[in-house]
Amino acid sequence: MESVIPVGAPMIRARGLTKRFGSFTAVDGVDFDVATGESFGFLGPNGAGKTSTMRMIGAVSPRTAGELSVLEMDPEENGPRIRARLGVVPQSDTLDTELTVLENLLIYGRYFDISYSEANQRATELLEFVQLNERRKDLVEPLSGGMKRRLTIARALINEPDVLLLDEPTTGLDPQARHLVWDRLYRLKQRGTTLVLTTHYMDEAEQLCDRLVVMDKAKIVAEGSPRTLIERYSTREVLELRFPVGIQETLDGQLDGLGDRVEHLPDRVLVYAADGEAAAAAAHDRGLRPESVLVRRSSLEDVFLRLTGRSLVE
Amino acid sequence: MTAIPAAGRAALRFPGLRKLEHSLLVYRRVWRGTFFGTLVSPVLFLSALGVALGSLVPQMTAFGGVPYLVFLAPGLLAAQAMQTATIESSWPLFAGFKWNKTFEAMIGTPQGVRDIVLGHLYWLVVRLTIVTGVFLAVMVVFGAVSSPTFLLAWPAAVLTGVAFGMPMAAWTATRKTENSFAIVFRFVVTPMFLFSGTFFPISQLPDAIEPVAWLVPLYHGVNLARTLAIGHDLNLVVLLIHVAVLLGIIIVSTLIAFRTFRRRLVV
Repeated sequence: MESVIPVGAPMIRARGLTKRFGSFTAVDGVDFDVATGESFGFLGPNGAGKTSTMRMIGAVSPRTAGELSVLEMDPEENGPRIRARLGVVPQSDTLDTELTVLENLLIYGRYFDISYSEANQRATELLEFVQLNERRKDLVEPLSGGMKRRLTIARALINEPDVLLLDEPTTGLDPQARHLVWDRLYRLKQRGTTLVLTTHYMDEAEQLCDRLVVMDKAKIVAEGSPRTLIERYSTREVLELRFPVGIQETLDGQLDGLGDRVEHLPDRVLVYAADGEAAAAAAHDRGLRPESVLVRRSSLEDVFLRLTGRSLVE
Repeated sequence: MTAIPAAGRAALRFPGLRKLEHSLLVYRRVWRGTFFGTLVSPVLFLSALGVALGSLVPQMTAFGGVPYLVFLAPGLLAAQAMQTATIESSWPLFAGFKWNKTFEAMIGTPQGVRDIVLGHLYWLVVRLTIVTGVFLAVMVVFGAVSSPTFLLAWPAAVLTGVAFGMPMAAWTATRKTENSFAIVFRFVVTPMFLFSGTFFPISQLPDAIEPVAWLVPLYHGVNLARTLAIGHDLNLVVLLIHVAVLLGIIIVSTLIAFRTFRRRLVV
């Protein structure tokens, strides 16, 4: 039976997708499409419903309501066939600590009915790709968090998947390890692999995602490319002002009009303005003497703050 | 642009084999550590209880008056199978759910819940065949066999083990912590080990309690293994009852395991 997905048809399509656990609604009627070759992200804080959504896409968690098609199939009816073509990087590595690096890849390949010789060949290439070849004979347990993550990514690629699902690929990694993971994911993206990832790091979303949806409290609150989201929901620049303890509460009104919008956070004030330096100068002219002044470009963090009134990472 | 590969095979292939491959791969790494116990346990039990204590036991009338060692050995064999399978279905299985989460990884592939459950069942059969095979070899060395039919006790012991391993597996899937496993050993496994006719014929129990033994799963395994091993007074009906009880437990508990594993993994 040969079936071909036409160019341009979405790899993943969700309409009114809902997941409830008892009376708790984890995902509340979300709509999204992921196109072939696209790098698509779910950005949101912990508990926003990202992982539940990913598990439904991964055909391991039945949906409560709504429509979902993955690779033009219904996960409810064609779970094994869909999973045969997905690569999954779960939030926790789920590696077998009793086996070696290489054995972890081989047995995972066997789950896809790949022969040992074929799996061995692919594993060698993949370990090269994630820079773990010199550790191939080592047990998994002594590996660092970053190495385990890379091994999990290599494992997810053993079946040459059409779509790679990554649930918080760099959470808990140190900056150096994160950049190494990003670099490998970026190479996959360049090769045309469709990536779907969740993250609560805006820098990760900005680095990796062509397009993303912002999730909050089980709902999608915005959708677009990182650039369009920033343009739509924020200003070009942000002026961050920190005042000595106790002063910020006494400012009321003194910052009005410095920028398009002023946001008061517990530890600092954000002034949204097209020209941050000009806003800083204006604040100085008004006699304000903050402890520190920082002008930066707007990020997805600002988008999230605007949409939900809360910081992304608390 | 992307042709659907022959993944349809996934639905047709024999379920559970890949999980068995996984268990064998792990066993290849750890067998040296377990083999010592597999060999030493029957040596210790047969020498202390069969030979040393057995020398104090007067000639038995049961089973055609065999020496105590010959009486005891097949009972211990079945009990060893029970313990091995119960352990195999507790901590190692729990690791797949919680510590390593290897089952979560597995169901992200074309493998499903049934593959995990059946693969575990196959693994129990393999593991028990090894453990009870070593036990039988030790029995031969100790002169604890009296009839060539003793080899029939081998499949009987494997069947007994699986009849404990699968209910334990079904239950392990419902556990959130590992705390209750020790309780199972203390209050289920050990009492059965002591009072299921392993060490003495159940006719030694008070008359009122004797019929209760028939409700104890291990009794069926012990009596099946012993009757076949000694080859004396083979009553086909009784043997079939033992086999039917053990098989019935395996089938029902496997069906329950499908449900408990699914409830745990597919949420």
